[in-house]
Amino acid sequence: MRIDPHHGVVGRAAPRTDALAQAAGGLVYVDDLSYPGMLHGSILRSPHAHARIVSMDVSAAAELDGVHAVLTGADLPVAYGLLPVAQDEHALAVDKVRQVGDAVAAVAADDPDIAQRAIELIDVVYEPLPVIATMDDAVEVADEPIHGDGPRDNRHREVSLDFGDVEAGFGRADHLREDVFFYQGNNHAALEPHGAVALVEDDGRLRLWSATQVPHYLHRIVAKVLEVPEHRIRVTANPTGGGFGAKTDVFAHELVAAKLALVTGRPVKIVLTREEVFYAHRGRHPVLMWIKTGFTADGEITAMWFKTYVDGGAYGSYGPASLLYTGQLQTTTYRIPAYRFQGVRFFTNKPACGPKRGHGTPQPRFGLEVHLDRAADDLGLDPVTIRERNLVRPFSTTVNHLRITSCGLAECIDRVVEASDFHAKRRNLPSGRGVGLAVGAYMSGAGLPIYFNDMPQSEVLLKVDRGGLVTVYSMAADCGQGSTTMLATVVGEALGLEPSDLAVITADTDLTPIDLGSYSSRVTFMAGNAALEAAMRLADLILTAVADELELDTDDVTLGRGVVVAGDRRVPWVEAVRMAEARWGLLTAAGSYKPPKDIRGDYKGAGVGPSPAYSYSACVAQVDCDPETGFVGVDKIWLAHDIGRAINPLLVRGQIEGSVHMALGETLMEEQAFRGALHDGPSLLDYKIPTALEMPPVESILVESIDPEGPFGAKEVGQGPLLPVMPAVANAVHDALGIRVDEVPLRPDKVLAALRDLERGGEGRFGPTELPPYEFRRPLPVDPPPELR
Amino acid sequence: MVGSRRYDGSTIGRSTLEPVTLHVNGIERRLFVASHRTLLETLREDLGLTGTKHGCELGECGACTVLVDGVPILSCLALTLDADDAEIVTIEGVGSVGNPHPLQRSFADHGAAQCGYCTPAMVLTAKALLDRVPHPSDADITEAIAGNMCRCTGYLPIVRAIAAVAAGEAP
Amino acid sequence: MLRLPVVRHVAPTSLDEVIELLAGDGAMLAAGGTDLVPNLKRRQYPEAKTIVSLRRVAGLDGVSVADGGTIRIGALTTVARLATDDAVPEALREAAGAVASPQLRNRGTVGGNLCVDTRCHWLNVPDTWRQAAEPCLKAGGEMCWVAPAKKICWAVSSSDLAPAMIALDASVRLVGPDGERTAPVGELYRDDGLVHLAKAPNEILVEVIVPAPQGRRAGYRKLRRRGSIDFPILGVAASFRLEDGRVNDPRLVLGAVASSPVRVTAAEELLAGRPLTDALIAEAAELAGKSVRPMSNTDLTSRYRKRMVPVFVRRLLEDLAAD
Repeated sequence: MRIDPHHGVVGRAAPRTDALAQAAGGLVYVDDLSYPGMLHGSILRSPHAHARIVSMDVSAAAELDGVHAVLTGADLPVAYGLLPVAQDEHALAVDKVRQVGDAVAAVAADDPDIAQRAIELIDVVYEPLPVIATMDDAVEVADEPIHGDGPRDNRHREVSLDFGDVEAGFGRADHLREDVFFYQGNNHAALEPHGAVALVEDDGRLRLWSATQVPHYLHRIVAKVLEVPEHRIRVTANPTGGGFGAKTDVFAHELVAAKLALVTGRPVKIVLTREEVFYAHRGRHPVLMWIKTGFTADGEITAMWFKTYVDGGAYGSYGPASLLYTGQLQTTTYRIPAYRFQGVRFFTNKPACGPKRGHGTPQPRFGLEVHLDRAADDLGLDPVTIRERNLVRPFSTTVNHLRITSCGLAECIDRVVEASDFHAKRRNLPSGRGVGLAVGAYMSGAGLPIYFNDMPQSEVLLKVDRGGLVTVYSMAADCGQGSTTMLATVVGEALGLEPSDLAVITADTDLTPIDLGSYSSRVTFMAGNAALEAAMRLADLILTAVADELELDTDDVTLGRGVVVAGDRRVPWVEAVRMAEARWGLLTAAGSYKPPKDIRGDYKGAGVGPSPAYSYSACVAQVDCDPETGFVGVDKIWLAHDIGRAINPLLVRGQIEGSVHMALGETLMEEQAFRGALHDGPSLLDYKIPTALEMPPVESILVESIDPEGPFGAKEVGQGPLLPVMPAVANAVHDALGIRVDEVPLRPDKVLAALRDLERGGEGRFGPTELPPYEFRRPLPVDPPPELR
Repeated sequence: MVGSRRYDGSTIGRSTLEPVTLHVNGIERRLFVASHRTLLETLREDLGLTGTKHGCELGECGACTVLVDGVPILSCLALTLDADDAEIVTIEGVGSVGNPHPLQRSFADHGAAQCGYCTPAMVLTAKALLDRVPHPSDADITEAIAGNMCRCTGYLPIVRAIAAVAAGEAP
Repeated sequence: MLRLPVVRHVAPTSLDEVIELLAGDGAMLAAGGTDLVPNLKRRQYPEAKTIVSLRRVAGLDGVSVADGGTIRIGALTTVARLATDDAVPEALREAAGAVASPQLRNRGTVGGNLCVDTRCHWLNVPDTWRQAAEPCLKAGGEMCWVAPAKKICWAVSSSDLAPAMIALDASVRLVGPDGERTAPVGELYRDDGLVHLAKAPNEILVEVIVPAPQGRRAGYRKLRRRGSIDFPILGVAASFRLEDGRVNDPRLVLGAVASSPVRVTAAEELLAGRPLTDALIAEAAELAGKSVRPMSNTDLTSRYRKRMVPVFVRRLLEDLAAD
């Protein structure tokens, strides 16, 4: 290839393009928007977990001075859901409510005080229905199921798959081990509460700003629910004050704000309270899991059977995908020659769960990595050896038909083991202190879009003006991960320009070509590849034009830093782009990215798990436990991540350190727990996000495996580094105290309970033992790929 | 059947407006505000100083921190009328993109912001610390920002950014 | 957006006016406002009509030391000032430094922390949540959800300063419509989550008087999940003098285990006059553990919190013995 960027833009630790604006408080988040005549919306929420709406009287609210509109479920009757298979939500409840916090009615008023008062004046009569609070409740047949007509149970989705001969695998094992784990749900707790602003433009089109990670999906669903054609709607994602998956669904307040704007003809803003954010949720699913694995005497896995019971809450949301994620990625780190995965997701009358950083995979990863640690103990192997014996091979296919390409996992393990002095410390630190190891893998983007189509997942448009400015257009929404900076860096590297020389226009459905959204760690890989393709095409146009103009062979023309090197001449960038515009007319180039088709199998469920590339991580945690209080202190985290290639090491390290923070929060203290169907504390006081005082030092190690398909070899980093931290800490606690807390979070009271069990001659375990009385259907047999038959 | 059972007491009724004089970022601002208005609401909605953020409105997250008479406080819990005659500094008073304060420059250079939402409060908290303790230890810095939640960075680059300014490493 | 309910705000400049205004219907006293404002935003006080601010009353803040070593702390002194003022005994500085977060300490006051309303996870929750549960006793309902057997509110005393103040024999000066009085800090409290202060609503805590320490060893330890922000789920304060190796005049006070601070007199009696050996410390710690019954109404389990009482008492006494 004639164009071989080597400008040193990629690989340089550089600030975000908007870093100074952030530090100066200049970024405009959705609640910072204000328009003349803007009204304030407020939403009445259900105080019942499950109830029929018998009647609603909004007259007192509607008559209140300063109220401009009142909406109820009848005003927004179209059902929706992010996945085509889960169209089970309404913007405002129709007929019944399914969780505390379900939106029931909404108002738009002159100011928030009036809106609040109007909400208080709406009188709703409910008929309470039996509440399904737990998975055990949900297994039972109910006269009044949460969705659909009874009597039936509250199962949402089930999966039951057999890859290869699992029983034969267990049969040839020297050792079989079974474990049960529970991973509690938790919330993203992005610092910015969700919000939206809507208005009707001069041309009658609807304009909607939202703190969303998925402007494209929001666009589609607003059109559907409001019954307005997509081309009559413009959606813009504001800079988002933290996402982590919290803002990847479409929420009542977005649809309600849009509808209120249409009804009143005035701009309308709705910003959620923190309590409402906890009810909107879509966070980590609580998962109960059972694992059985067969091992040879030297630790090789012969077969694995994984069962997951997933508490979905009141709605489908991303649930069908979340459920599959609890089983599909186990094979991306270890060679599992035969694998059975059975999972079931239940509806319960609690806030709906969805995707949070790691989407569906941190729970099974926790179980798997702790399970392996215990198997290593059983077999007299050390935790490094048992993992190395089973490592997935680069450029291979897994038993469930996932295509593995670059894989730096072996190096990740070596690097953290060495940096942490793991072998010397394990079993040798003073009592109360210990080290633990775990690994993980994550997708660089989901292989399939949310709705079936054969179009690209990401498209980027470049436009060059006569002043030399290259403008990058992409719908990728920056939720803090740095996607805008990534786009500027990739295009800058390709063209020999500084990121600060470029303009990047993002996340606006009128202005920017498709990007499916900031979820599944897809943006660097997919939007990055689309940007790179566009930049290469643009470079080709410019070099061809310069070569023609200077009558040189195209092989003698290349891009330098800010110049075109043409033979012995150095043509300044601005002069070169003018030659190109003269030659071609308006200078634009487009690029698209669509994952390859051969990365997945063709069984039902095969659409979840495939990715064009997987990132890999290994973590060593060192803990200092107080055996009297049960508090687990984390002394240090070593985390090696196979990033493929670090496009911007400063931002990569930021994602690693941030992942460690979020992971330690959910390992040790964060939980979306309930009293019955009532949230245990929907506030940032009761929901325990670690403060700066809880954060240990982190040694980040970047491993660059240079993925053959990633932009400049890059893979993801936003989610993968979170995965190994929870089990690494749990394994370290075992090294420190000899106990096993088979539950997340490892609360101090659970640590003490396990210690008490140990003192009383037990195995020193705290954790679940029972599984819900649920019979899975017979697994669907799927032939393994040829190389594993 | 049960009817709705909701709080319907003290939000009924409108309040009168009261005069107040604030000194915000060195400028005297005379306003009339409702007596139940918080300083957060006044800064953001009456004065358009939207650099001050909010994450909980209940004094739990630290995102609404501003300096009142040089001291970091939570504007979501402060009544505007209680700030009468006070000197208030918001992030807009610290520096700008064109003329950043060394802390703002250092936050940018160290990747101390990802989503940026906690950043104004962090910068103000750090400024108050360095104004009082020019050469804090990392432990002092960590203690000083322990009331400011950050969900993105794990706090570590924030501590590095503040330490760099204290060490005179920032431009 | 979470707004305050519509309330009036008055900020008189004299105590007399404050006292008079507090007699009014729905008057709520505020100093730093860090307890009142979030409670109001959560609609915990439907009766609230007027916030009476103490902030404009002059002369209520500051720390001074009299000739005899008596320390006088104005009620409006910020918790942050208390945590850093060298004139303040270390135990009080420890307790003050453990309050909430830096920003809240900058605003919150000594008087406010001593009077901080009792807390419960059935009560200090947002409004929709409280509607979803039947209202508890303190929210105007018929029974306490923590212990439904009796019509008693078990909301938790959540002051960090109170146990330390009691351990230091501090008193409060109160000014009311009938003049002023002084009372030991311990007598400021009632073990009743509903009405936790033994003072009239229009009696104002204006000053704390801490006797000269005179060689008293004292300290405060706090149990909470995080190193900042969180309220205590157990507070332990202790003080004593060591004379000829023997414990003299001991105080042991527990916070956040009941609706008022709890003075563990049984343990004090055990300690008094005896050499402070490891065995004695362990015995006193066990006694303290047996003397209280935390309820399931705040963070972590009641059983766990009860188990932590002897651990925290023992550790504090050991630290003080080693000083």
